[in-house]
Amino acid sequence: MSRVHDMGGRFGDGAVIPDLPDAPVFEKDWHARTLAITLAAGALGQWNLDISRHARERLAPKDYSRLSYYEKWIAALADLLVEKGVVTREELRAGHAEGGSPLAERKLLAANVGAVLAKGGPVDRAGTAPKFKMSDNVRTIHPAANRFVAGGHTRLPSYASGQTGEVRAFHGCHIFPDAHAHGRGEDPRPIYAVAFPAQALWGPSADPRDEVILDLWEPYLEPAHG
Amino acid sequence: MPHDHAHDPDHAHAVLPSEPALRVKALETLLTEKGLVDPAALDEIIDSYQDKIGPKNGAKVIARAWTDPAFKAALLADGTAAVSEMGFYGRQGEHVTVVENTPEVHNMVVCTLCSCYPWPLLGIPPAWYKSDAYRARAVREPRAVLAEFGVTLLPTQKVRVWDSTAEMRYLVLPMRPEGTEGMSAAELAPLVSRDAMVGTGIARGPKP
Repeated sequence: MSRVHDMGGRFGDGAVIPDLPDAPVFEKDWHARTLAITLAAGALGQWNLDISRHARERLAPKDYSRLSYYEKWIAALADLLVEKGVVTREELRAGHAEGGSPLAERKLLAANVGAVLAKGGPVDRAGTAPKFKMSDNVRTIHPAANRFVAGGHTRLPSYASGQTGEVRAFHGCHIFPDAHAHGRGEDPRPIYAVAFPAQALWGPSADPRDEVILDLWEPYLEPAHG
Repeated sequence: MPHDHAHDPDHAHAVLPSEPALRVKALETLLTEKGLVDPAALDEIIDSYQDKIGPKNGAKVIARAWTDPAFKAALLADGTAAVSEMGFYGRQGEHVTVVENTPEVHNMVVCTLCSCYPWPLLGIPPAWYKSDAYRARAVREPRAVLAEFGVTLLPTQKVRVWDSTAEMRYLVLPMRPEGTEGMSAAELAPLVSRDAMVGTGIARGPKP
């Protein structure tokens, strides 16, 4: 059921290579340019953060695994620009515009960058009363999958699906990505920090004292008894 | 190496040039010609994250928490409000929770599904944070990953890994290093490394 980005717990990726203390923020100029274009294109308002994340996740698994981090951003941005009709596939192929765009009035100007970055995009909303309370035992749904759209965006990782954990915090109601990524509105839902014992997730090789905490929306959770 | 980027010809991105730098350039040229992107705005975004918004912000928060008990209490109770008061609210830091390391608990942050990270406090995440190896392993074997960062835990510490699956962004409040008694927040801030605030490092005392 899962997609290639859902890699928590996976084996075979080798060692983590820490960077050097003086490593630059952007290793290559085009990395910086990719981040900036992605943010500037997002300011045109033709998609939201969840749509944008899903565009990266639905790259073909071969592409997702082979492309570097910022190459995934480029690929996803190109796909979204064409899907949303911001540019045509022919324009993308030619690398030149065939005409202007009605969205030009929304262009992010240099003078507004500071204010846009400082403003952010909070996702807390008014919503329903929480069904669970602190210290409740909850069980995550299985399989981890978008319940509206087959293969759709979801934020319940596979490794934490079908597991029992304990509610440690309630964050209020947040925009529900499973809906928001697929044109179903914000659909705000209660969201909780839920703790899972490491040994329940990974077996006896994990330290019995360790735990993993995830932020999970209420539709991912059911009451756990016993 | 022609055609090595187009495994999936149904996707629009397959028509872009194969060299990544040229791919970005093609997008920038096209969007600029269409009047949708202002190259000066791109420069401004890059300058912001290259020079202005980075781990020095988070370090100021941590150093203040080490020296101001009332601020520390406020920070742990409502991270978003406390960092906002210091001017560190913004994109990818709209909801902030600060988690405290103690002799009993070591906290460590990951995003297994993508690369969520508290931008206004730590800037753009480093390559290792976005790597498959970190995303895959931090949740399953955090102690082995910590060893690769040269971190040795106290025998009394459990490990609590925070997988950033939603828009809550996590900042680790490291333990204040020994030998720093009497130091001011301004003197302490340089001791707070980025990795210590992600939980893949610890704050180290001043070099003797």
